[in-house]
Amino acid sequence: MNLWQFILQNHTEILEATLQHLQLVAISTLFAVLIGIPLGILITRRPVLNKPVLGAANVIQTIPSLALFGFLLPAPWIGARADRLAILALTLYALLPLIRNTYTGIKGVDRAIVEAGRGMGLTDGQLLWQVELPLALGVIIAGVRVATVISVGLATIAAAIGAGGLGEYIFRGLAMVNDQVILAGAIPAAMLALLADISLGWLEKRLSPR
Amino acid sequence: MNDPPDHRPVIQFKNVFFRLDNGLELLHNLTLEVERGETLVLLGRSGSGKTTTLKLINHLLSATGGEILVDGRSLRDWDLIRLRRTIGYVIQEVGLFPHFTVERNIALVPQIEKWPLERIRHRVQELMQLVGLEPTLASRYPRELSGGQRQRVGVARALAADPPILLMDEPFGALDPITRVELQREFLALQNRLRKTVVFVTHDLREALLLGSRIALMEAGRLATVQTPDEFVHSTEPLTAAYLNAFGTDLKRGAS
Repeated sequence: MNLWQFILQNHTEILEATLQHLQLVAISTLFAVLIGIPLGILITRRPVLNKPVLGAANVIQTIPSLALFGFLLPAPWIGARADRLAILALTLYALLPLIRNTYTGIKGVDRAIVEAGRGMGLTDGQLLWQVELPLALGVIIAGVRVATVISVGLATIAAAIGAGGLGEYIFRGLAMVNDQVILAGAIPAAMLALLADISLGWLEKRLSPR
Repeated sequence: MNDPPDHRPVIQFKNVFFRLDNGLELLHNLTLEVERGETLVLLGRSGSGKTTTLKLINHLLSATGGEILVDGRSLRDWDLIRLRRTIGYVIQEVGLFPHFTVERNIALVPQIEKWPLERIRHRVQELMQLVGLEPTLASRYPRELSGGQRQRVGVARALAADPPILLMDEPFGALDPITRVELQREFLALQNRLRKTVVFVTHDLREALLLGSRIALMEAGRLATVQTPDEFVHSTEPLTAAYLNAFGTDLKRGAS
């Protein structure tokens, strides 16, 4: 039986695993956006928080993914279900690119433009919403893009703790020493990553100020 | 308009110092008054403290000593946002918002002041005509304009809410010589009509002599002299003379 036959035969399950995978990535990226962007904005306003926040996000990123899943296992409520656990871990991993890009995006806005805005009497909020965020948007979307692509890859490991997704096939194939089963998980995962990269790349280009 | 002609200075510096956090002193004991309706030029080399002086007026920088009064009120008693909205601010072309059209750039202050839309539109048209911009440029972005057009947009934006005071930081510095002369002439004509209180920073003596009603010469963070253009060209002060020499002797003829 070759790979295509295997995929055709199991297409409903593979599709379901793909959707599950997509769900893990989408929910965790959404959480990461909701937490990471405000944190990124906060550290442009409170420079003292800059080092601790970026440092903490950096440290999380250095924890090996399997170990992070393991660390979080004893957590109450979250540890009770594998998908909650996976979403929390993926969210934590996605934070660094979002915080960092939001921060560098805002800091990268031409100081003369910001000063002109302030000199004309824009309040801090007006400056943020009308000048800094629109001009930093391209860099922030680039952060979302990096975070999403990383999440698609990392989410395959979530199968190790029983959270489902395309990793199921990869782990099963590894256990069975069967390349076809591995590829049945790996190829859709790679396609998801490419798709996320291309579509967010397009968005990044559209929203970047020219 | 409601009181008789007002001879109280609009902007007053009283023994003002400005020191950076690292202790470097950029401004030393500045005392200076700007009269209503005049164009006071701050002339000096790079690092002489002229831009620092300008930014102290709209409180982009905060004086470390002395007192600054605008309209007779200490900056300490002003609401900063209000203060800045009564002061137009023009800097070299970089200050336009690149993601806003010409129209939105000019409408910035009226928009944040929540003017009705119709009034904003009308005001933008009026201003574009005033500074000599084609109405068709309204929907363009700053990057699609020439340097001279961008600078006109900058002036229109600063005038939008009709502020009584204008601060201009080398507004024509980045322009080619022909466009610069053109804009200088237009500025003079405009100022003749509008009679704003203008503080104008430049390092160009010709510009200072042409536009200023008085010239405040600055050197190394200190105010050297305040003179009318006529007094300036006939002055025998060493520093003034050095400027006149650097720019050539034909200026004497030009100004008198």
